[in-house]
Amino acid sequence: MKLKALALALAGLAGLATVGLQVAQAKDTVKIAFIGPLTGGSAAAGVGGRNSALLAVQQRNADPAAKYTYDLVVLDDECKPNVGVQVATKAASDRAITAGITHYCSAVGIATVDTYAKFKLPVVVWGAILPEITYGNDYKQIHRVNGTMINEGRLAAKFLTEQGAKTFVVIHDTTDYGKGQNKYFSEFLKPTGGEIVATFPVSPDQQDFTAELTRIKELKPDYVFVGGLTPLGVRVRSQMDRLGIDAHMAGVSGIMTSGFIEGAAQSSEGTVSFHNGAPLSRYASGQAFSDAYAKAGFREDPDAYGPFAYSAANLIMDAVEKVGPDRAKITEVLNGTKGYKALVGEINFDNHRQNIVDANVYVVQDGKWVYWPDSDYGTGKRKLAGK
Amino acid sequence: MDMGILAQHLFNGLMLGMVYAMIAVGFSLFFGVLDVIKFSHGDVVSVGAFAALGGASAIGLLVDMPGLSLLFGLLAAIAVGGLAGVVIGGTLVLPLRNAPPVNVLLVTLMAGTILREAIRLGVPNGGNPKPFPVLLPQWQITAGSFSIGFDSVLILIAGIGIILATHLLITRTRIGLAIRAVAQDVDVARLAGIDFRRTVLGTFALGSALASVAGLMLGLYYREVNFSMGLVLGVIGFAAAVVGGLGSLLGPILGGFLFAFVQTLVTIVLPTASAYKDVVAFGVVIALIGLFPTGLIAERSSERV
Repeated sequence: MKLKALALALAGLAGLATVGLQVAQAKDTVKIAFIGPLTGGSAAAGVGGRNSALLAVQQRNADPAAKYTYDLVVLDDECKPNVGVQVATKAASDRAITAGITHYCSAVGIATVDTYAKFKLPVVVWGAILPEITYGNDYKQIHRVNGTMINEGRLAAKFLTEQGAKTFVVIHDTTDYGKGQNKYFSEFLKPTGGEIVATFPVSPDQQDFTAELTRIKELKPDYVFVGGLTPLGVRVRSQMDRLGIDAHMAGVSGIMTSGFIEGAAQSSEGTVSFHNGAPLSRYASGQAFSDAYAKAGFREDPDAYGPFAYSAANLIMDAVEKVGPDRAKITEVLNGTKGYKALVGEINFDNHRQNIVDANVYVVQDGKWVYWPDSDYGTGKRKLAGK
Repeated sequence: MDMGILAQHLFNGLMLGMVYAMIAVGFSLFFGVLDVIKFSHGDVVSVGAFAALGGASAIGLLVDMPGLSLLFGLLAAIAVGGLAGVVIGGTLVLPLRNAPPVNVLLVTLMAGTILREAIRLGVPNGGNPKPFPVLLPQWQITAGSFSIGFDSVLILIAGIGIILATHLLITRTRIGLAIRAVAQDVDVARLAGIDFRRTVLGTFALGSALASVAGLMLGLYYREVNFSMGLVLGVIGFAAAVVGGLGSLLGPILGGFLFAFVQTLVTIVLPTASAYKDVVAFGVVIALIGLFPTGLIAERSSERV
């Protein structure tokens, strides 16, 4: 008899457990796409973004209050526009995918906007900074949490002239990225009274800059402004030293990577850059993010744009929680984002669904990118070398 | 323009020209002995640069002696570059000797792609530019507005020395005599007891080692190497060789310096159009080929290397 009672009790327990399990399983799974460069030269940024978005999803899935279980579908755009359009089409045409956290590379970001609009997939751009991605169209589906090169160019012009620089030489690559950076920097520099004495458009894979730099040496500018990605920044920086050019160097956010410091080594000291992201310590919940990121055991750094990918993921998941996995309704909720509290600060979309953010100044100090106000250069303890 | 700046431009041009010349000489050597164009030559430059990087870094891990690292880097570049030349020559070019020349061109073009992709995929993180260790003293020589690194001077002197040594090798030694004999007439050279296969492979090893050492020099000069660095250099080297005169030794050297001179001149005269310097330089190449179809230094069979 005792045995029977025990068996009954066990059966009851098992039944309860099954019911419990069914409650857990009753949560529907919502698929969200993450697209970024996971291989190639910009892979560090892409993998950092993926890890950060994944962290947001893991945290949400561990939250018992969440109405849905989330599944991050990770796709690699290789930082190539043609590959980007392929994977964007794959994600957008899959009706099971409700929204996307998309693109680090500007060339890919701009190539894919039409695809998302056509398939009506709401996306939040997490890293690409070309203004036209949001401002060049009126697609309700395209949102962006990070800033654009407009903010960076404006700050660069303002900051550098405030530092007393009067004459500039611009070296920019001839891609949309470099040309855009040159355009906005030059535009914002005009009202500040700064003067561009020469502009050198160069191919992004050019290796030898000694001819351009010798010409620059003759022009004696206060600053050499580089509008391009890390390889260009490394070459210009180290060849400037080789030719004994004593101008300072400032670069756009494309050079603000650990690769720049590794490549230019001791020459990199004192290089200034402008970036939409603030250091994690500046964000209210930055420490919590760092701790959770470390605890999750990712091998790679979140990189500069990871917090934006994390914020984009949460923004999307909050919209899903509100209106359910319906593309049109999510688009509507995302469109109306105002005063949303995110890791990267308050998110407010303007009429082009572009978040309004301020850029920040960074400087290389002892082999690290340091937030300018925190750096020895910013506090006046050290002065930038050169004239 | 003051003298210092002019001297600086001149030095930059010489440096570039020397690298182009070292690559162009290889094209001319291969064309001389076999009448073939080996289009993987540019990628051998990248292979050499990465071999040197590997050799130098390996030593750098063991002991902190830049001189020893440089020596091992140089040996690795020569060995790997020479080997690449022998393998490509022996397995791809020689068997196709009697096939239409376009086949050799295509096959070596593909071999070049394989070499390039092998670096990109085989080297850890090979798609990114790699910093090249600083192995030469970093003294700066300054005179007014003229300023160059002592290491640049060393690299330039070494390059010119290597080109001179190649010239002496071709004109003054028995191996050079064999190469010249094969270049002039294969059958007669064979009758005279010259081992055709060995001579041809030796020429391929020599030309490829030159390109490979050029790769090492580029690494030392720019302190950075990347998997696709040889692609444009190969095309420039080939253009320089054709303009100068394929088959001669002096022609490609002249062509290399000419190409660098045009590139530098465009940047000085038209700074805003500096993105077009390759366009202008190749335009000049096209014009010169039109004016001198056989090259600036026309190949006479007796002069052919």
